[in-house]
Amino acid sequence: MTEQSLKWFWYASPQTFFPLARTIARLCAVLAVLFTLAGLYVGLFVAPTDAVQGEAYRIIYIHVPAAWMSMFLYVVMAFWAAVGLAFNTRLSFMMARALAPTGALFTFIALWTGSLWGRPTWGTYWVWDARLTSELVLLFLYFGYMALQASIDDRRRADRAGAVLAIVGVVNVPIIYYSVKWWNTLHQGASVSFNKAPSMAATMFTGMILMALAFWMYSIAVAMIRVRCEILENQS
Amino acid sequence: MSEFFAMGGYAFFVWGAYGVTFALLAVEVFLLMKRKRETKT
Repeated sequence: MTEQSLKWFWYASPQTFFPLARTIARLCAVLAVLFTLAGLYVGLFVAPTDAVQGEAYRIIYIHVPAAWMSMFLYVVMAFWAAVGLAFNTRLSFMMARALAPTGALFTFIALWTGSLWGRPTWGTYWVWDARLTSELVLLFLYFGYMALQASIDDRRRADRAGAVLAIVGVVNVPIIYYSVKWWNTLHQGASVSFNKAPSMAATMFTGMILMALAFWMYSIAVAMIRVRCEILENQS
Repeated sequence: MSEFFAMGGYAFFVWGAYGVTFALLAVEVFLLMKRKRETKT
């Protein structure tokens, strides 16, 4: 094994990762607070009122970042589950377990805020369109993963069963993302995407990116603290 | 100031979204801190 690859595996051990996780958690917690304050300031005070939707549009500053996080955290969770299955590293499974509750929370927030946005703009809290339904399936995937983990007493078997569920469920993420293109949904298409300039005012875009960074930092901080709990709980 | 809280008539929807979001994040942090305390002892 080369020196370079040894460096990589150094932090694969829960004992060596434990202090690093605290440093990351503290740094990200501070950044999360700062980004939230900046994002709320821009989103609620600086950004102008939307010409069509009025003030109700301000919900997107939490709705869109939460929806991004709900999908992104699932992919990261499935990634660590896959790494755990492939290399049988305990820390990878712990990472997957640590991410699930936060991912489920952001999925619920995306659905909740979307519903409160839909009522004034679409005239309904809920429709069974492809985007909303696939996002609801994502919530059930998170719940299924957590329930499966909790229902199997043997830790190793619980991790492996959960990992398989998480990996199979990752199919749903591109379905959510492309649902607005593949099907004729009530949900609008993406205003921000990888291959074109955002179709919104610059301050609105800034507010959304700040809130996305805030949720990102929050998720890392919470996951790192949770992984520390996992490490401590599995020592005995 | 009251105009700000009125949100152009959409106060229920806007503050309902923001309120529940930050309340849930606070609950998660609270539960996590509780778990952290319990694992240390």
